[in-house]
Amino acid sequence: MRNDGTLNRRAVAATLLRNPGEMLVVTGLGAPTYDAAAADDRALNFYLWGAMGGAAMVGLGLALAEPSRRVLVLTGDGEMLMGMGSLATIAAAAPANLAIAVLDNARYGETGSQRSHTGLTTDLAAVAAACGWAATATARDMGEVEALTPRLRHEALFAVIRISAEEEARHLPPRDGAHLADRFRRALGVAGD
Amino acid sequence: MAETSWQARVYAALKAARIAQVGYVPDAGHAHLIEAAHADPDIRAVVLTTEEEGIALAAGAWLGGQRAVLLMQSSGVGNCINMLSLPVNCRMPFFTLVTMRGEWAEFNPWQVPMGAATQAVLTAAGVHVRRAEHPDDAAEIVAASAALAFDSAVPVAVLLSQRLIGAKDFAK
Repeated sequence: MRNDGTLNRRAVAATLLRNPGEMLVVTGLGAPTYDAAAADDRALNFYLWGAMGGAAMVGLGLALAEPSRRVLVLTGDGEMLMGMGSLATIAAAAPANLAIAVLDNARYGETGSQRSHTGLTTDLAAVAAACGWAATATARDMGEVEALTPRLRHEALFAVIRISAEEEARHLPPRDGAHLADRFRRALGVAGD
Repeated sequence: MAETSWQARVYAALKAARIAQVGYVPDAGHAHLIEAAHADPDIRAVVLTTEEEGIALAAGAWLGGQRAVLLMQSSGVGNCINMLSLPVNCRMPFFTLVTMRGEWAEFNPWQVPMGAATQAVLTAAGVHVRRAEHPDDAAEIVAASAALAFDSAVPVAVLLSQRLIGAKDFAK
């Protein structure tokens, strides 16, 4: 397998997060957090700045707690690889309202762009399918990203989007976890629970 | 009135604490709670591949206005350390019940190192640790610890001692 990603990560994130409405968004640490913030720093985005490997499971807990709302986890290949077991956990729990989009540059961008397993031997969409995800997809051009965007808001879909390894300027959202959690819960209307 | 087991009273304490999600890695010591959670229409039981998933699950539940508990064995505590930065940093409640291994008539030496380190490791990671040793007050300790976790928004672990659980009998 080779790293064949050519898409600009900011353009992809802007498309996936366009007109998000009430969609609940959880981002994995590093560049996906910056990408989501660059698209729009909204209260219903919950950014992870650490807890590597936890983004998908935060999405699951949220999806189970809020079954009438859509949850999108936006993360990177390295973060998803660290939480790969959660693909089995989520498939078994089978929430209808949770989707995951992996921005896959086959690199650990935050630490010096070292190659990740997705640039070596691992196909995360195939892993998800083998874990029991009924719907998986891989996008390699912006037409495919456009097609994925509504699906990620209606299906229990695991999507890999092959992006370029080119780095973007950091766009830093707030990083105080207590602030991010509190503003999210207030926006959701559960702060008193 | 029929006498209820301490495990049933612990489950009742979780219900009284309005726990809605139960994440667990299968464990003999938690078997009663796991079965009761799966049988309960008001509780969502989630089987995990590794314990740290349960910390992230609980954080997501809290973001969505629900309360969760993580059921694990002392060996699983070691898998959790970095993920504990999530509730600590976000000032979220986190509540876990930990069945202890490696401390009372333990047959398997591989359980001893993590069992011996469990309390210190949790404390070092910022978790408040309570310990239940006796059937008569285990449910009260769970109830008070859940109140501490959810009312004061801090991470709390209750260690259920191996003497309380009953040491695993490999001769069976």
